Amino acid sequence: MKKILAVDDSASMRQMVTFTLKKAGFDVTDAKDGVDALEIAKGAEFDLIISDVNMPNMDGITLIKELRALPKFKYTPMLMLTTESGLDKKAAGKAAGATGWIVKPFNPDQLLATINKVLR
Amino acid sequence: MSVDLSQFYEVFFEESFEGLDAMESELLDLQPGTPDSETINTIFRAAHSIKGGSGTFGFTSVSEFTHVVETLLDQIRDGQRLLTQNQIDLFLQSVDCLRDMLGALRNSEEPDTQVSGELKAAFEQILNGGEDSQQALTSATESEPQPEAPAGNAHWSISLKPGIDILKTGNEPIFMMQELAELGKTKLAIDVSKVPTLNAIEADNLYLNWQIELESGCDEAAINEIFDWIIDESDIQIQKVESAQSAGEGNDSFDVEAESVAASASTNEQTPESKQEPEKGEEPQAVEPPSGTDVKAAPAKKETPKASTESSSIRVSIDKVDSLINMVGELVITQAMLNQLTDGEFDRDKLSSIQEGMAQLAHNTRDLQESVMRIRMLPISFVFSRFPRLVRDTSKKLGKQIELVLKGESTELDKTVMEKISDPMVHLVRNSMDHGLETPQDRLAAGKDETGILTLNAYHQGGNVVVEIIDDGRGLNTDKIKQKALENGLIKDTDELTEQQINELIFEPGFSTADAVSDLSGRGVGMDVVRRNIQALNGSVELESRRGEGATFTIRLPLTLAILDGQLIRVGEHVYIIPLINIIESLQINPETVNNVGGEYDVLRLREEYVPIIRLHQVFNHESESKKLAEGLLVVVESDNGKVGIWVDELLGQQQVVIKSLEANYRKVDGISGATILGDGTVSLIIDIGGLVKLAGLRKAVRVNALANNQAAEAI
Repeated sequence: MKKILAVDDSASMRQMVTFTLKKAGFDVTDAKDGVDALEIAKGAEFDLIISDVNMPNMDGITLIKELRALPKFKYTPMLMLTTESGLDKKAAGKAAGATGWIVKPFNPDQLLATINKVLR
Repeated sequence: MSVDLSQFYEVFFEESFEGLDAMESELLDLQPGTPDSETINTIFRAAHSIKGGSGTFGFTSVSEFTHVVETLLDQIRDGQRLLTQNQIDLFLQSVDCLRDMLGALRNSEEPDTQVSGELKAAFEQILNGGEDSQQALTSATESEPQPEAPAGNAHWSISLKPGIDILKTGNEPIFMMQELAELGKTKLAIDVSKVPTLNAIEADNLYLNWQIELESGCDEAAINEIFDWIIDESDIQIQKVESAQSAGEGNDSFDVEAESVAASASTNEQTPESKQEPEKGEEPQAVEPPSGTDVKAAPAKKETPKASTESSSIRVSIDKVDSLINMVGELVITQAMLNQLTDGEFDRDKLSSIQEGMAQLAHNTRDLQESVMRIRMLPISFVFSRFPRLVRDTSKKLGKQIELVLKGESTELDKTVMEKISDPMVHLVRNSMDHGLETPQDRLAAGKDETGILTLNAYHQGGNVVVEIIDDGRGLNTDKIKQKALENGLIKDTDELTEQQINELIFEPGFSTADAVSDLSGRGVGMDVVRRNIQALNGSVELESRRGEGATFTIRLPLTLAILDGQLIRVGEHVYIIPLINIIESLQINPETVNNVGGEYDVLRLREEYVPIIRLHQVFNHESESKKLAEGLLVVVESDNGKVGIWVDELLGQQQVVIKSLEANYRKVDGISGATILGDGTVSLIIDIGGLVKLAGLRKAVRVNALANNQAAEAI
């Protein structure tokens, strides 16, 4: 079973993403911000990390940069959840090592389709 | 895959309302200019989350409105714009507007878009006034791709030269090839000419280039989409190759049909692309969109949210849950211990161990009960948090300078009590601001600081929560209140009332009529309702006025509505419960101190006061054991406007009782606020003092006695 770490400060988004992914057969762990996620990621293995960009304590871009610096996440796909108005963050995200992005709002099908691009 | 998004609505609403509260409180702290980045970030994040969530869950009216709010916040955050007072006001109005919209959606109603429309226009005006006209571009979202009608299979020639670094961002060319293969038939050729000599190879780099032939009915956007994430650093060429090759591979029947269409429209020239071709040549599945990734992605569905009027869930801190689990663990251990002791032959030696075990069980149960109660307890800051905004807006309207001081915000209170205390508190706060605190001029003239201070204070006292609303204004205008009371016939000229007693008159219903308010500068707007609502919670409200120095309203509330400290009393064969909070004293009656007033009711002279006596068995129409007053006992309780005595046969013990609603299980009964089940399994009714007084027809008598004891003495 592929393991995914889902990071979002919004509980409803987190629940929705987690629920959708679990239903699709993934093993999902969730985290409420970058600090929380980094802590979790240091002690576990993940096949994919999906993170919101705007979060308190540590934002998604910093999180990706930190994770990418860890040897075990060197090649792990990492997706940013962003809104259309946050698309200018794309470049910053990619510079930090993000694999790609998912534009909010999205529905569960779109989420799974996007994940299909990086997890096979 | 179908996912019912409505299951996430409640959480979304809850966190959105929390977000709005946070926005509001931060906005209230903001000063025009360049705001503190942490503050503006918090506000931005809240708006951003609401927008993201509402978009995802299909509440487009909310997400569209939040979009402009967020955009302006973003520009302020980036320092592109100075924050103005006008903008702060606008943001605050947006908070209100969003609360209304989300509230409507939560109740499965369509939100009213008139206010949001006007606000949105105001935001757009600000946004367009600046140099940022590119904002319009952002509305062209990528989230709702327009599915195109599948055209016939076309041949695509794709040259893919990925950036050398793409592996380092977790992108995987193999997956992209697989995705392409899902769009149609592919042929790959790998170009290895860029691969350096072995010693120059870096494992992280990607040196391979691809040349791909794709035969598919998809459009160019679907192919572009696959490479979307690497398009910036890669060299990708996508070309459509005109070819008639696919025409021959089609399904016969389909072709015939297509031809017949062509024949009937013989004047139309038909190109291979415009001709409807079956996708893979077998079944007539060509009408379905290709099985590509996002082409069939539908726009967010709009679903009817579940009906729910009040928030039905609470967030509980982990340590409360932990302590609960701990407690249950203890309970299980104790149970196991008792089990062991009672297992097998009973032995007298075990008796003391069993007693010990039972004591432990009692201890654990009490702890567990406390922990469970704590789950429902929330800090009163949930109520307090709405006042900064209220004070800001109201003081502006009144032209007064008011500083709000909040104390004891972490004092915890049951959620149900909290929900019901909010409105009475708003009322009292408004009154203090309107009638108690003076204008800056008046304050200066009175030798005070021109800014009035309004303090909300909460603390625990015994088993109660006390909430104080304190102002340093002018105090109550006792003369005017007296005058008004005389006009209304509430008191007589001959009544000799203390200042306190006159001030208390503002809680009388007579003071809440509209015409009484307009020309009265004292306080009295709906105060009777405030008092009634607080009493309905088994609480009380008192006032203390200091002429020229201010006034204090003190609300006393039980910690919870679920459990009550009660005094058990017996009348005949019935056991009733009187809330301990109401009881002043219990005494034996000396018949010589009892007088009958007008043949209607007995009045006991108790020290300087006259206390009407209510015979419970008469009111509830059953037998009592005691026949004469002296045989029973009198429980003196505090009622609306004074003291009353409840005559009973016997006082039993005091205990905490769990309140069961009579209304929910049977129907509302006057004089009874609920029921409980006693240790022996019998049901006992809990007396509602206010209702009982009314039921006994003593209301007026009580008031007269409370207000004018001296006069009552003369009457007797």
